[in-house]
This record gives sequence, C-alpha cells and structure tokens, in this order.
Amino acid sequence: MHDLEKLVTQATADFAAASELARLEDVKAAYLGKDGSLTALLKSLGKLPPDERKTAGAAINTAKGQIESALAARRDALKNAQLEAQLAAEALDVTLPGRGQARGSIHPVMRTLDRIEQLFRSIGFEVADGPEIETDWHNFTALNTPENHPARSMHDTFYLLDDQGKVREDVLLRTHTSPVQIRTMLAHVEKHKHLDTMPEIRVICPGRVYRVDSDATHSPMFHQVEGLWVGETVSFADLKGVVADFLRRFFESNDLKVRFRPSFFPFTEPSAEIDVAFMHGALEGRWLEIAGCGMVHPNVLRFGGIDPERYTGFAFGMGPDRLTMLRYGINDLRLFFDGDLRFLSQFQ
Amino acid sequence: MQFSESWLRALVNPPLSAEELCHLLTMAGLEVEECRPASADFSNVVVARILTAEKHPDADKLKLCSVDTGEHGVLQIVCGAPNAAAGLVVPCALVGAKLPGIEIKKAKVRGVESHGMLCSACELGLSEDHGGLLTMPTDAPIGQSVREYLNLDDNLITLKLTPNRADCLSLTGIAREVAALTGAALTLPAIEAVAAVHDETRAVVLDAPAACPRYCGRIVRGVNAKVPTPDWMKQRIERCGLRAISALVDVTNYVMLELGQPLHAFDDGELAGAIHVRYPKAGEQLLLLNEQTVTFTAQSNPSALIADEQKPLAMAGIMGGEHSGIADATTDLFLESAFFAPDAIAGKARALGFSSDASYRYERGVDFELQRRAIERATQLIVDICGGRPGPIVEAVAPEHLPQRSPVRLRLPRVARVLGIELGFDQIEKLVAGMGFAYERNGDDLIVTPPSYRFDIVIEEDLIEEIARIHGYDNIPAPPPTARCEMLPLPEAARGAMALRRLLAERGYHEVVNYSFVEAGWEADFCDNDKPVVLANPIASQMGVMRSSLIGGLVGTLVDNLKRQVERVRVFELGRCFRQDAQEQTGYHQPQRLAALAAGPALPEQWGTPTRATDFYDVKGDLEAIFAPHRLSFERIPGGHPALHPGRSARVLLDGAEIGVLGEIHPRWRQKYELATMGGGAVVFEFDLAPLLATPMPAYAEVSRFPAVVRDIALVLPLQCEVQALQAALAAAAPAYVREIRLFDVYQGKGIAPESKSLAFRVTMQDTQKTLADSDADTAIASLLKIAQERFGAQLRA
Repeated sequence: MHDLEKLVTQATADFAAASELARLEDVKAAYLGKDGSLTALLKSLGKLPPDERKTAGAAINTAKGQIESALAARRDALKNAQLEAQLAAEALDVTLPGRGQARGSIHPVMRTLDRIEQLFRSIGFEVADGPEIETDWHNFTALNTPENHPARSMHDTFYLLDDQGKVREDVLLRTHTSPVQIRTMLAHVEKHKHLDTMPEIRVICPGRVYRVDSDATHSPMFHQVEGLWVGETVSFADLKGVVADFLRRFFESNDLKVRFRPSFFPFTEPSAEIDVAFMHGALEGRWLEIAGCGMVHPNVLRFGGIDPERYTGFAFGMGPDRLTMLRYGINDLRLFFDGDLRFLSQFQ
Repeated sequence: MQFSESWLRALVNPPLSAEELCHLLTMAGLEVEECRPASADFSNVVVARILTAEKHPDADKLKLCSVDTGEHGVLQIVCGAPNAAAGLVVPCALVGAKLPGIEIKKAKVRGVESHGMLCSACELGLSEDHGGLLTMPTDAPIGQSVREYLNLDDNLITLKLTPNRADCLSLTGIAREVAALTGAALTLPAIEAVAAVHDETRAVVLDAPAACPRYCGRIVRGVNAKVPTPDWMKQRIERCGLRAISALVDVTNYVMLELGQPLHAFDDGELAGAIHVRYPKAGEQLLLLNEQTVTFTAQSNPSALIADEQKPLAMAGIMGGEHSGIADATTDLFLESAFFAPDAIAGKARALGFSSDASYRYERGVDFELQRRAIERATQLIVDICGGRPGPIVEAVAPEHLPQRSPVRLRLPRVARVLGIELGFDQIEKLVAGMGFAYERNGDDLIVTPPSYRFDIVIEEDLIEEIARIHGYDNIPAPPPTARCEMLPLPEAARGAMALRRLLAERGYHEVVNYSFVEAGWEADFCDNDKPVVLANPIASQMGVMRSSLIGGLVGTLVDNLKRQVERVRVFELGRCFRQDAQEQTGYHQPQRLAALAAGPALPEQWGTPTRATDFYDVKGDLEAIFAPHRLSFERIPGGHPALHPGRSARVLLDGAEIGVLGEIHPRWRQKYELATMGGGAVVFEFDLAPLLATPMPAYAEVSRFPAVVRDIALVLPLQCEVQALQAALAAAAPAYVREIRLFDVYQGKGIAPESKSLAFRVTMQDTQKTLADSDADTAIASLLKIAQERFGAQLRA
C-alpha cells in the first residue's frame, strides 16, 4: 500500500512538472498507458492469491482514480493558462478611435425650422410653401400694402429684368413669407367651396425671403416663418396664447417673458410686435424683438376669397435666423450663409 | 421723433417716473427707442456772481476770486479761467459737489485756500466748450441750483413711430396720447387770433387742389430777423434734435414740433404777385435750400410747386427754395401754413435722395384743420420775439379735396370676437371718449367719427385696434386656444426634406445655405445658361443673377473652405433654382432642388485605413443610399454636362425619367476656380427634390424555408461593356428562382486580355416550394452564360 501512495504522489508531481499539454500526455502514458506503471500493477493482480486480490484491486483502483483526477486538474489548469495567454495576447488598446465615416451636420437654421414645424404640427398646423420669385400682387397688393408704401420702393425690394433689360414691375423676390398666406387661402377656399362651412386654415410657411439690405445684422437673403390660423372663432387672445406657448416651448424656458406691444403692419389689424426676455444667461432681462403678428386685415381675407364677417384669423411672421442665434448664442448672422465647415460642423 | 420730457410734462404731467412713462408709451405702440438724460450728472452747483477777481499772489495765470453764492455765503475761490472777471454770473461747484469725473474738496492752491470751483460748460458736461467759464444772464437768481436754473433735469426721449401714427409727430400729439392713456389733464397752449394791423395780402391760387386743398398765407412786415432766439425756445428745439438757426426759422420749427404743422417763411421782398400752388412745367428748375438743383420733367405724378407769378419758389411740402428763403436782412416775410395731401408727397423726397421734416410729416398725414391755428401761433411768437406787423390771413380752400372723416360703426360683439375678451359698453365708451373721438350711440353700436389728425381710422378694425391699445395688450389674456381635434394626414409613401437632411448628415455631408443670387459666370460655366434671371438691383455684381443650379454655390463653398485649410469637404444644399418659363404663373420655373458635393479624402484621415481620394463611386453609393429602396439607373449624358467631366458623369433615371445628374467636376474648372491644390476631383450630384420625397411602401415577398444554392461566375468582357445593361439582361434571362445576381469583383490586368475586364457575379438561387437540385442551378447558370456570351461577347474566365 505504501508503494501505491508513493506512486500517486509521484504521478501528481510529474503532472505538475509538465508545462505543456503535449508533455502532460506523455507523462500520462507513463502511468496510465498500455505500459504504464499502474497498468502493470493491475496486470500483476492475477498473480496474487484470490483472498488478497480483492483488497489489492480496490487499492489500485483508488490510486488510479486519484491519478486520473490529478491529470484532469492539471489539464484544466494548463488549458486555462493557455486561454489566458491567448486573451492577453489579443488585448486591444480600447482607447484607439473607432473607424469609419464622420457624421455631417444639419444647418442650424434648419434645425430651428424643424423644431418650429414639429411644435406647430403638434397643434394641427400643416406646412405650406410658395414661390420665391413672387408676383407683386401676392407680395404687396393682396396684403393690403398700398402702391406708395415705402416697402415697395427699390430700396427694399429686389426686382428682376425682362429679356429687353427693362425692370419688371409685376414680379419681385418676395420680401416676406406672407404671400403664402394669400396662396394658401385661395387654394383652401377653392378646395372647400362645396362646403357650407370652410374647415379651419392652420398653416406655417417657412422659407427664404429677400431684401436689399446688407450689413453685420442684415443679410440680403434670410429666413422667415409665417403662421396663419383662420376660422370662425379665432381671436387676438388665441394669437397671444399660441405664440407665447410656442416661444416657451421653443426655448424650453417656462419663465421666458413674452410681451405683445402695439405696432403697425398693412396686412394685420390689430398688429403687435412680440418681445421676449430671458430670465437667465447673457441676455437676461433685456427685451428682444422676435416677431410681428396680428389679426389678419379684413382686406387681406377678402383678397384670399374669405368673408371677414364670417371668419377671422391671425397671422405671425418670425425670423428663424434670429431665433437660432438666440438659441445657440451665435453672434454673427453672416455665419449662416458663409458655408464655413468649422462653424457648420458644430451642429451635428 | 425725439422730444424733451420736460416739454411734454408742460402739456400733460401724469404721476409717472420717466421710466414708467417710457414703458407706457412703448406698450401703447409708440416704441421708445432711447431715453437719455439731457445733461451729464452733477450736483451742488449753484448760480454765483464773481464779486472781485484779483491776481493770485504766487501765480500769473490764476485769479483769486470772491464769489457770492447766495445762501452759501461769499466764498474765496482760486480760478484759472481766462475770462474770470468781477460781475460775471457763473456756475459755482460748492465743496462736496460731484462733477463728471471729479469731486470738489476744500483745497490750497499755491498757498491760498479755495472753497469750490467756478465751472466751464465742459466741466459740467454740457458741451465741449472749455474756453472759459460758462456765463449766465446777470439777472439769474444767485444761489439757485444750476440744474434747476438751466432745466437740466430733463430726458431726451426718442420714439420709433410706425407710419400710421403721424399724429404723434408733435408734442401736442404725444401729449394727447399720454392723456388718453393715463387720464391726466391736457393743458395745451392757448392760441388766439392775432389781429391784422395792415391789410396787405398776397392772393393764393390753388391750381393743383388735389395736392394742396388748403393754403393759409400771411404777410408780416417790419420784423427784426437778427434778434437772438430766446433760450427757452432754443433749448426746446435742440432737445427735440433740431438745430437752432435764427429766430424766424426757429419759430417755424418750434410750431412744427409743438403742433405738428410744417410752416415755411418766404422773404416777401423776393415774391412777385400772387402765390400759385401748381404742377411744374417741363424743364423748370429750382435750387433748393439744401443746394440741390431740381429740374422738373413731365411725369405722371409730379411734385407740386409753390410759385409766384414769375418763378417757382419751393417744392410744396418738401423743401423751400434757396432764393426766396429768409435771411438776416429780411424785414418782410410771407408765412405759409398749408395742407398737402399725403399721396402728393409720398416718396417724392426719397426719390430725390433726402428726407425733410416737412415731407416726413406730410406723407404720413398732417391734421388738415390745423393750418389757421398754426399760422396764428407762429405769428404771435414772431411778433413777440422779432416784432413786426401782421396782415390778415388769406386762406384758400378746395373743400372737395380735403380728406373725409366718415363715421365708423363699432359693434360690441365684433370687438369681443376679434379680441377674444368681453368689454362692456361702458368700458368701450370710456375708451373711445378718452381718445377724444366724437361718437354717438346707435342701439348697441357706437358710431365714431375720427378726428382730422387721425389718418388711420377708416374701418371697424382700426377702432378695435385703438380699443385694444388703450385697454392694453397686456390686459388681454393668452389662454391656450381650443380647436377641433383632428389628426393631420401622415402619408407613409412620402417623407419630408428633414429626413433627407438626416440621411445626408449621417453619410458625412454638412448642410449649407448659399445665396440664391450668384455670379453670371457661374451660370455660364456650370449650366451653359446665357439667359439667366437677372436682378434689376443686385446688392453686388457677383450676386447679379438667380441661380438655375445649386452646383455653382457648392463649388464656391468648396473653394472657400479650401482657403480656410479645410481639405475634406462634403456639403449639400436644399433650395430653389430659377429659370424663365412662360407657363408658370410668375413666369419662372422655381423647383426645389437638392445637390451635394464631396471632395478630398473619402474617409476622414484615420489609423488602419489607407487614405484615398473620394471618387465617383463613393458619391454614387451615397446617392443610391438616400434614394433606397428606389432603384436608380444611370446613363451617359448625351452631349455632356457643362459642369462635369464627360467620361465621369451620368444622368440619373428613376422609372425611365431623368431626375438628376451625378459626376466629377470638369477638369477645365479646376484652374479657373482655384481647385488645383486639391488632391483628386470633386464629385457632385443634383436632383429635383420632388422625386426624392416619394418613397415606396415596403412590398412583402415570401421568405423561403428551403436552402439557397450559391454559384459564382466570372466573365471576361470587352472594356466598354457597361455593367448596368449586362446585369439587367442577366436578370431578365434568369429563371424565377434566381434571387440575386450580385457583382462582387471587377478586375483588369494580369491574366486578362488587354481591352478586357473580368466581372465576377455571385448568383443566389432559392425556391419557395422545394429544395433546388444541382441540375436546376446548372440550368440557371447556363442560361445566364448564354445571354452574356450572345449579347455581350462575354467569355467564362478560365
């Protein structure tokens, strides 16, 4: 029995000495192989007297079991060590940058227009569109802007030349998005003329507009968003409610101060300028002019084919360029039209 | 309109601070643009008399003065001013006084004690004049605060008036408004008729009564034009932003500021016979007071002239003539107080390149019942200041041409409907009465007749606006509105422009907004467009025409960014382009388009990926991705495209219709547009937006449960063979169970005959009903090979 214990001890030691799996298999053969020492002991059982054979056999089998589990343990250990080594070798510098295409960006003013569209969509406004070369009739006449109004002069409005090089008086680059009001009303009335009661008009009209003006705070081309709501019960109080709500949602500032102050536009009456004041930040407490608005002038409704006795409406026009500047703290309007990727790429 | 707060308070004095007053005006629609003090801040400066002025014992340029400061006693003060002399009345800053920049303390000057400082106008911040002590009249009250004596505690308020509020272009008008807003009493100066002391007159003939329906004239003889303007008048005029000039001119300006009526004074000695208000004759000339000579031509809507029987004297309501104006030597004058119709004046001064106080007021509307009162007021002031003997007023009127003030009906329910608030009858009546409008009650309506000074009250809405304004916009609530709660349509087979923007941004493109007006050269170079839409009044010559393509702008963006050392440029723009088109309502076709440009490295420079220049196929991939799941086809552009490389450009078709172009910028523009420094070319595409916004609904096809068979075939083809046609032919010839034929390799070079290329396709076959046999796959491949060989001269690659 003493010999068997020594054999198990020896085998465990030999396994431990094997530092690779291949070597371990060789060592295994020396004990458990066909000519291994344990195999030899089992073979020698037959020579023992029958009464000893049983005891001896049990002892040898126990020793064999011990050697086999020592072998399995060593095998696992070696495999684990091998995996560990492989994993260590495969380790990456996880701080190296990822590869692939860089992301581009959406123009900041378009981000603003998108927010405006989404906010107004949420209360049922659709988006309407109109041409940028517009007729004088849509841009001025139908908007109750009389012939001799200063806004019509060459100083403010871009005009076009005809083929003979003469100034065309019937068309111009639109000076505001308000002509889309007229187009929307005319189309809406035509579409619903078979009905007794016209469904409400609720639209916003974003787009480019043009004025002969260029300095640090004016661009000859800029953006506007027009809003129009016409229905049987639309009032100035509704206008205040919608615009104030919009401005607080847009700036995500519930304590934004909004005020409406009387003003004058030919196409609205009563008319108002809308000022906002922030309660935080660099512009804290200052009133900033942000939009013009008012109840659609009865003449304008008539030009749009709508009976002003039966329907009323409000309209507003705001400058998304300015809203964008306030929202992101941009201090130079010209950056919007400069195509400078160092600026634009900040709006990913 | 700038005015002095203290002048306004002389007419109406509500219990409000200056700040509250400004807020009130702003919130009533008379926007206060600026409010600044009339003088710098200083304190403890009193009116003082110099009793004696001796030479300082130890300094040649200093004087030792004893100064009477009234209740503050007689003080010893050292003074360096050259004009310091006994008897002068000057400002004296007492010990403890704070002046702009300094505080006055008891001091020793060269060994002599000094108990204050005598001041120049400059030291008080009143002017730049530091030539000597500010001298005041000898009867000025000694000891009184200088601020009080000179009325310095005043503010200069500037209003940014909207064009409808011409009635507020005078102190009277603003005072009337403040009275209506606050209920404070209005105390306007009493104007009484000045009796004529002789009967000399000039006849006035209204030859252009539509332009001038009322004209009052009066001769004043024997005036002294040289007397100085009284300080109080000078101060008021200057605080309204006008220059004081001479007593006669100042009186006319004063009355204009006070009442809103522009006046003109002619030198009566220069006039011959009757005064005519008439239109000019062609070729007539007039030298204006601003030294501009105007030559009149025959035109449809001419300016009216004031003329005598021999010559034109003034442009009616715009500016006087140089030769008939008053001067220091004038003794007899002819005063004009007229009403010119707004339509007759509008735009006239602007057309000549200037604006005058008179034209500014007339084109917006002057009270047409004010002329006689204004001429009486001016006469009285002239007689008081310059002396003189007034004659009777001659008034010529064409009543049929005077503006009408028709009664306007105001319905209470309409007020509630438009404003969204319920105002009671009494409340509305009070507001209308407070504005000074004449009205009567007719059942539930008010019939309101607007006053002659208001040109903006014509319809019911005008009155509703007035009511809202005086009631206060702030007092109208702003509740969230209620409306029918109907969902908006949301078509699935359409997407918005924002979705496209996001797709392009995801693929590395930055959105730009370029001007819609471009250089004419861009239109010629990039669009072959020699008839662009031309602006009549461009802001600069390089912004002279409307673009017909977005490509020029994107090339411009590329050039600008290369100059800024940005080498990888991927940009896009979404905007309108413009071409003449007689079919359109406006005469111009104005489609929205989308264009993109990519130049520089295909990927941002990064480790582990070799850097390579963007090429045609990179951008084509982007294009196909934003159009997916649409399948596009590409063709060479017949005759080429002016902006694009002829061998590297294509027109893009969707369902057989051309919808845009794709290609590399033509190498000929590299030099001209300074793109030569850039490695590789710039690739662009441009599309009409409309087809991009339609996106098909997903179409379901059954997914097979049977295994797929995959076979690769490599074909050797002539170099000029185009893949698109081959692939279409293969797809058409393949049995239904061929799911996909995908090109996975293109090879030219060793092992392939010259002028040939090898194209390798992976053919995936799969049936929804059964497992395919090898023989099925063989049949399919054979049919593909047959087509390739017969139609395209392909050979199976060895």
